[in-house]
Amino acid sequence: MPAAMPPALLLDGTARIGGAPLFGPVRLEAAAGRITCLLGPSGVGKTTLLRLVAGTDEVTRFEGTIAASDGAPLAGRVALMAQGADLLPWLDVTANVTLGARLRGTRPDAARARDILARTGLSDHAHKRPHALSGGQRQRAALARTLMEDRPLVLLDEPFSALDAGTRAQMQELGAHHLLGRTVLMVTHDPGEAARMGHAIHILTAGGIETVAPPAAPVPRPVDDPETLAVQGRLLARLRAPA
Amino acid sequence: MSRLAAIAASTALALALWQALVVLAALPPFILPGPARVAETLWASRALLLEHAGITIAEVLIGLALGAILGGLSAIGLAASPLARGLIRPMMVFSQAIPVFALAPILTLWLGYGLWSKVAMALLIIYFPVTSSFFDALMRTPQPWLDMGRVMGASRARLMWHIRVPAAWPGFASGLRLAAVYAPIGAIIGEWVGASKGLGYLMLLANGRAKIDLMFAALIVLAVFTLLLHRAVDAACRRWLDGRAVG
Repeated sequence: MPAAMPPALLLDGTARIGGAPLFGPVRLEAAAGRITCLLGPSGVGKTTLLRLVAGTDEVTRFEGTIAASDGAPLAGRVALMAQGADLLPWLDVTANVTLGARLRGTRPDAARARDILARTGLSDHAHKRPHALSGGQRQRAALARTLMEDRPLVLLDEPFSALDAGTRAQMQELGAHHLLGRTVLMVTHDPGEAARMGHAIHILTAGGIETVAPPAAPVPRPVDDPETLAVQGRLLARLRAPA
Repeated sequence: MSRLAAIAASTALALALWQALVVLAALPPFILPGPARVAETLWASRALLLEHAGITIAEVLIGLALGAILGGLSAIGLAASPLARGLIRPMMVFSQAIPVFALAPILTLWLGYGLWSKVAMALLIIYFPVTSSFFDALMRTPQPWLDMGRVMGASRARLMWHIRVPAAWPGFASGLRLAAVYAPIGAIIGEWVGASKGLGYLMLLANGRAKIDLMFAALIVLAVFTLLLHRAVDAACRRWLDGRAVG
């Protein structure tokens, strides 16, 4: 859990690829210390939006602001949590989790890594390579790597989409539990996931951003909570409606 | 075991066809000796063959090692620097339009009749395949890994060392496998153009003196060595990549 209150994240502007508009103008705010879910059909630019925030998109031109509410630059304060399939296959779990330190040329904190692996239930798998893990264990390792980075802002790009339904529900709970307190922007195409995990839920469409009221229950909401299921249904209806 | 049996059967068939050709066409030994005669020469001249094979093997192994190192470093340099790509890649592509064989006399002129002109020849012939397959792999690092590295604050050099290079080892390995087959060709060309030792030299000499049985014996030694080298490089690459669960 981060010590200080993380900043909110604000994105306001238009994205273009080679002159053609991709999305926008849009205004999206990810509230401080909350999970903000961004839904949308494929190809609408959800992943591009995340990559713009992460500063890894070199193709898209963004006109507008992407900033943290405290005014300090975003660089170095963002962690990216991708799918478990994105672990480096030649490194064991511990080496994957401590990759950030080595990439910055600093000594990995082995004790912290052990602690995080214990908290994510990976102690017995610390020296296994990704190919020897199940999909759920790989996803835990990706979560552990994100926690190891210990950044106030966390970006999630459909992290659980490759998991089976049961494992996905479990990972949503584990993810919400460990990421609560950080400012999280989560891109997903699963209305059920947004309904369970989002403190705020937005839908990105070609026309702009729509906001849907989240269920009242605290995050992560139970899979069988009636209001959560109702919101899931509403989200799916919105996604299917022609833009 | 069935694979071994298949190889043995295939070898036996080839030998039988060879012997049949010699008998049916009534070829004299100075045109095409039969397998039995070549085997006899192989055994009788084993000391001579081994001495010359030793030279060729040394040339090939040194050329292979230098080619792997130089090719590997070149690929990393090209992948790291767009400027280097712009300046050097056209040169490399152009150099591939020159038949390497045509350079052999010049290399002999520059480096002499000894070992190094053949090493240079082997190196020249494998440099491009090694560089190009490693380079291609370095340029195809999966985007999520690069994004992850950048967000984690990696410098370009550390991104290269910790992510791009390890991710590209399978490409380097396929370059090496090709190189293992090409390197002996380079060394033999070098020996044909000018040498006083080596299997290529021995083959020319035997040919000139109508000792076709010796020529075939040298050819067989060369082919067996090339096959073994390829198998060894392949096995080493496989073991190494499997050990890191990639490839």
